[in-house]
Amino acid sequence: MRILLVVLLSVSIHASAQKLSLEKSKVSFFSKAAIEDIKAENYKAASVLNVSTGEVAFSIPISDFEFDKSLMKQHFNEKYMESEKFPKATFAGKFEGFDPSKKATQNVMAKGKLTIHGVTQEVSVPGTVEWMTDRLLAKSVFKVKLADYKIKIPKMLWQNIAEEVEVTLEFNYKL
Amino acid sequence: MRRICLLLAAIMFYHLAVSQDDLLKELDSQAPKTTVIENTFKGSRLVNGQTVETRGKGELEFIFSHRFGALNSGSYNLYGLDKAAVRLGLEYGITDRLGVGFGRSSSDKMMDYYVRYKLLRQQTSGMPVTITGFGYASVKLAPPGDATTLNDRTAYVTQLLIARKFTPQLSLQLMPTFVHKNAVDKTIESNDQLAIGVGGRFKVSRSVAITSEYYHRLDVKSTNPYKNSIGFGVDIETGGHVFQLLLCSSQRITERTFITESTGDFFNGDIHLGFNVTRAFQLKKPKPKLAQ
Repeated sequence: MRILLVVLLSVSIHASAQKLSLEKSKVSFFSKAAIEDIKAENYKAASVLNVSTGEVAFSIPISDFEFDKSLMKQHFNEKYMESEKFPKATFAGKFEGFDPSKKATQNVMAKGKLTIHGVTQEVSVPGTVEWMTDRLLAKSVFKVKLADYKIKIPKMLWQNIAEEVEVTLEFNYKL
Repeated sequence: MRRICLLLAAIMFYHLAVSQDDLLKELDSQAPKTTVIENTFKGSRLVNGQTVETRGKGELEFIFSHRFGALNSGSYNLYGLDKAAVRLGLEYGITDRLGVGFGRSSSDKMMDYYVRYKLLRQQTSGMPVTITGFGYASVKLAPPGDATTLNDRTAYVTQLLIARKFTPQLSLQLMPTFVHKNAVDKTIESNDQLAIGVGGRFKVSRSVAITSEYYHRLDVKSTNPYKNSIGFGVDIETGGHVFQLLLCSSQRITERTFITESTGDFFNGDIHLGFNVTRAFQLKKPKPKLAQ
């Protein structure tokens, strides 16, 4: 009985210790169009990574994207992302090809459900995972096509906003 | 002992059973529950009057306001289009919540200066309204009547703008207003006057909203010839511009004049077609907020 207790205790502690949460993060996007380039940064993402299974989830508060122009932020939230209706962009999935015992930088595929603007798409995006001394760094750069997530651009502004934006994620998980 | 084992086993299975979606739920429970509601209105002006909105930090807004004459002034005046009043204004955001502005109106050659500060911000839970304090002073450079010194031609307006965004489409605003004029014709008005304004906007599409505004003056002398101001508008937003097309009972544009010196009776045909055009310039880039 005592042994069983010790085993269960250690297993349950072990299981919970495998889940890492974010220490700091940076999410940015870049839109290149004829008239203006638009970029925005967000430091308020939250994420959990289960190291033993490679399962990962993240959540990005839309209204925390910071732009160079405050009017851009207003339009981004009000007109395009409708952030009051859809306050978060989320991802739930798994790092495929992730080997927690490997110390060197490794390429992984994040496969799962990406939800933006209330629309969920099955995606598969490439990224890297690297163990640092005090943290685990996960990075990814991928393209998001606005039409896939029903984000509409008014015809008058098609020269200002690209149809596809490049998203960069940098997640530092604390150990 | 058995109970402890069962409990631990349950904890263990819970951890093993945490799937990807549960990870998301876990994130949700960690997330801050309340956020600030922004963009209660598209622009800094509802119709003639102010909204709770302040400019973003480092943003300069140029406002060009234009009011034609009354629609019922006859074909000789081309239904008001011959006569126009103009105000040119600038407003700058010192911080995201504090703004200063000034303007020059053609009627009475009036200069106006103001400051506004967002005292409270509506949140998804907790604070139900956004409240902005608005303080304004104006000087009529053209001498009206017996007021010969600049001091006599100065007036002050203090407003508390209280707004709530009920849905992403519907926002309503209440505007208790105090007006002080240094010199007045005592037979028709007092130095200190009170008014209460109500207004709102309804968004009909992502870029178009319908607005309206009414100021009711309180404690008005029976000899007072002025009327309460009412106005309706359509906001159209394109990129860095907000274009507001208006129909209002007042041809005068700034607070002192349209609230307490409005002559038109809207429902008697004293309708002034007008527009406000704003253009925003970002003078200073906001510093990115660093990671927590």
